[in-house]
Amino acid sequence: MRLSGAEILARVLIEQGVDTVFGYPGGAVLPIYDALYDHQDTVTHYLTAHEQGAAHAADGYARATGKVGVVLATSGPGATNIVTGIACAFMDSVPLVAITGNVGTAYIGRDSFQEVYTTGITLPITKHNFAVQDVRELAETLRSAFSIASSGRKGPVLVDITKDAQAAWCEWEPLAQAQAPLEPQQVVKQAACFTQEDISAAAKAIAASEKPVVVFGGGIISAEATTELHDFIHAAQIPAAHSLMGVGALDGCDPLSLGLIGMHGKASANHALAEADLVLALGFRFSDRVALDARRWAAQARIIQVDIDPSEVNKNVAVDQAVVGDVREVLLALLPLVQMTIKTPRTHSWLSQIDRWRADDYQPLDDDDALKPHQLMAAIAELAGDEAIFTTDVGQHQMWAAQFGHRTHPRSFITSGGLGAMGFGYGAAIGAQIGAAGGSGRRQPVIHITGDGSFHMNLNEACTAVSYRLPIITVILNNQALGMVRQWQKTFYDARYLASTPKRATDFVKLAEGFGLVGLRAETLDGFRAAFARALTIDGPVWIECLISGDEQVLPMIPAGGAVADIIIE
Amino acid sequence: MTDLIREADAMPQQPREKTRNIVSLLVENRSGVLARVASLFARKGFNIDSLTVSATHDSSISRITVTTQADDINLKQILSQSEKLVEVRKVALLDPDSSSQRELMLVKLAIDTHLRETIPGVADTYKAEIVDIGEKSMTLEIVGKPTKIDAFVEAISQYEILEMCRTGATALGHGDEVLH
Repeated sequence: MRLSGAEILARVLIEQGVDTVFGYPGGAVLPIYDALYDHQDTVTHYLTAHEQGAAHAADGYARATGKVGVVLATSGPGATNIVTGIACAFMDSVPLVAITGNVGTAYIGRDSFQEVYTTGITLPITKHNFAVQDVRELAETLRSAFSIASSGRKGPVLVDITKDAQAAWCEWEPLAQAQAPLEPQQVVKQAACFTQEDISAAAKAIAASEKPVVVFGGGIISAEATTELHDFIHAAQIPAAHSLMGVGALDGCDPLSLGLIGMHGKASANHALAEADLVLALGFRFSDRVALDARRWAAQARIIQVDIDPSEVNKNVAVDQAVVGDVREVLLALLPLVQMTIKTPRTHSWLSQIDRWRADDYQPLDDDDALKPHQLMAAIAELAGDEAIFTTDVGQHQMWAAQFGHRTHPRSFITSGGLGAMGFGYGAAIGAQIGAAGGSGRRQPVIHITGDGSFHMNLNEACTAVSYRLPIITVILNNQALGMVRQWQKTFYDARYLASTPKRATDFVKLAEGFGLVGLRAETLDGFRAAFARALTIDGPVWIECLISGDEQVLPMIPAGGAVADIIIE
Repeated sequence: MTDLIREADAMPQQPREKTRNIVSLLVENRSGVLARVASLFARKGFNIDSLTVSATHDSSISRITVTTQADDINLKQILSQSEKLVEVRKVALLDPDSSSQRELMLVKLAIDTHLRETIPGVADTYKAEIVDIGEKSMTLEIVGKPTKIDAFVEAISQYEILEMCRTGATALGHGDEVLH
């Protein structure tokens, strides 16, 4: 049957199982919006305030559901506005398909109105991108985009489509009749994965180890391997620490959980890494925020790295063995081998040593009369429940949420880890809420934890949350500062504060009302608990402004490039 | 503490021994592929000594030859990162000692009456050809291994070089070794 490019796009989206698209219309995508008009019962389009919010929403949707997020933007500024969102998804390996319109083929390269070289701009921040000028290539290209985004190490793929290709007609065949989409080379290459010898060698090293540690990252969540992780560490009795991206993959109350490692990780977890004789890294990319000093990191350990992306091997930290493959499959293969090799006595003495370190871990002091960040996070976790999804922005509040937010479920902690994009959280909360509710209308509150600095970046998305009556509770930790910047200035730049303590007079309660949502304010822990309990009963978005001290710090802290001996606890 | 940061910012990498490497890539013959490869090298900080690209006997495939100085870890990164590019079909490392490498250079020398006589002799020694003669200049062409070209450049340094261009090395593997 003959269809327009825009109609083909709509049908391929449906064929790929897409029922949710985040976007913002504009001249170069109007044919697509016109086609989507006829498919509103199948594909719901969510309009955000700004394309950046749409990109973060598609990202949050993907992180909450495991499905591919879709963002749609027009040419020129539409495309440049989603750049931060794409880079964010790229750094955290989130499956995303970004669709941009571009000016008509005849106008390409002439500095036409709203023309930018979108594929050039996004080349280094996408897993792959495509520029489509011929409608006959559109269906196959879009299918490849979904396949690339969701295979192997996941990531964002952009498809830029000229306006004339959207309007042109060509023959279209549904997937069942069409040739299978061109198999992306990616998949073929990554099929060359681990062997039984790799598994045996790893199992042998685990059996021989006296002081083993597992470190895991976002790969566990994206491979849906949380159950396998749990079973593996319990079978082998290996304590496990995690990066920021691994939050939620293992219950922090699990006796084998070491908690967060790295710059703001627990001293005990960092000690365990420093003393370990074997480190098994699972879906963990040795970021400089964790492997602070790549040369000295886990210096005494034999390191075994399990990753689906062969290019991660030895990228940041030199490892002794690499097992390339899906971490879930690797754990399933390892499990029967480690069950037979546990040596209880060594395990006992190692775990006792870790317990001694734990006893000395930094614990901030409670103060019920003020609002202490760690108590605030614990209260949110308790009142919101284990299944609630947290999204964060970037800075001190993000670290407090990771340290004390007590996430026990995968996909319940959504944060911009690699890119560290302030302004990520509200858009992500919108996408996560819509994704988690799954169009069922089920009430699934999402808790957006932010700071006054980050929130000012993209609080415009409040209007989106109002438009769709999304139950998103925004908890604003207002310290009247760019807290993390201020903390670094205090610690490393002799307290020479510049541009970190703006004299803003934003009244968040009034501002919330101006947007048409409920704004609350808390100054004590009890006040916060009451406000949060009320927020949970409100049908729609709520902001809770929490006044916290500007002197609060994220502790402990190991400076960039440092080791556990350099830890700062005051 | 501030020192600690500065030290870290200065990249905590110990220098490792670098070698000259020849990387061959079979890529899809589409617009933008070269930009993807070049962008990858640029953003990962891999250096490029030379790069050649051309179509092959299969019109859907182009072949890129990159020569690069890298240590062993960096080299593995170059190979594995290049393999990730969707439009890169095959990546291989050629042995710099046994592979067939050729490069072409054109060089335009100023003709000084005093030295003019000696140029053909030098050219002959290196099997370079005189391809053009102007009123004030002479253009030579030389084809050979990059090391031979280097030696020739050295040999003609006594003359005034007006301009020159080298294609960079292109290479095929030794014996029956074939990339496909």
